Amino acid sequence: MEEKRTGMETHIIGYRTYVYVWCALLILLGITIAAAKIYFWKYSVPINLFIASVKALLVLTFFMHLKYEGRFLKGLVFITVLVLTTIIALTFSDVWFR
Amino acid sequence: MIEKDVTEKNLETQKVHGIDYMGKKIGMWFFLFTELLFFGGMFLLYSVYRYRFPADFHIAAMDENLLIGSVNTAVLLTSSLSMALSVSAVRRGNKKLSALLQVITILFGVVFLVNKYFEWTAKIFNGIYPNSPVLLQYSKGQILFFSLYYVMTGIHGLHVLIGTVVISVMVVFTLREVITQTNFSKLENTGLYWHFVDIVWIYLFPLFYLIT
Repeated sequence: MEEKRTGMETHIIGYRTYVYVWCALLILLGITIAAAKIYFWKYSVPINLFIASVKALLVLTFFMHLKYEGRFLKGLVFITVLVLTTIIALTFSDVWFR
Repeated sequence: MIEKDVTEKNLETQKVHGIDYMGKKIGMWFFLFTELLFFGGMFLLYSVYRYRFPADFHIAAMDENLLIGSVNTAVLLTSSLSMALSVSAVRRGNKKLSALLQVITILFGVVFLVNKYFEWTAKIFNGIYPNSPVLLQYSKGQILFFSLYYVMTGIHGLHVLIGTVVISVMVVFTLREVITQTNFSKLENTGLYWHFVDIVWIYLFPLFYLIT
């Protein structure tokens, strides 16, 4: 029983890790607001979207346990994101050259 | 490798407890993929119209309340933390802590919705709502911005509302020990849904409140 218990422990993420991730998310939130409001320049939009993606990646990796999943599930997520990106890219290849 | 090890342990626990953790999890992920493409369609619409009416979007976005938007982002991020912690707690056999964390998550969800309520009513009070006489006098791009704002934050808010209801059921399940240390898939999948809704907001926030 002892063995099996430890077997299950391996993919339980510790409380502390979650708190660290949460701190990182709040810091990124602060940076994104500062980037948009205080230092406004033409790169604000891509920077804000980049920070949003870093935040989303943190949530996916730790809160949604993706870091500890096998290749199959990771691959499924990758393909889905790729499909969405392709749809957006194809649409813009039309919109841009109109 | 760690990856292989975890998969093996997963199979091991599955054999011991007769629960197909992976299968349940993948089912939830497939649902989230459909959700991603659903929201993705709206994000696409937003991007195209933003590209076509950059000035109008810029002016309209100034009307958004940055303070409420920022507070709500912090609220949802924190609710994701308590949700993630509750799953860890139940897997460590700490039933009461898990239920408490779930209740905290629900409270954060409610705070988010109350803020949203104030935000929307302030807008509606100013005469900005779909098809309102005030809004119809705005330029085309601004009308589109506010329509997208109402549809996207509205559908997102609906997801938060559904999430709070589902987590409420999970609290009862946890206390009645339907969800246990070895049978936690329901709670884990609820968590996945909640985090997904959080990710959607992570993108909605800059698009409507920051990029002005």
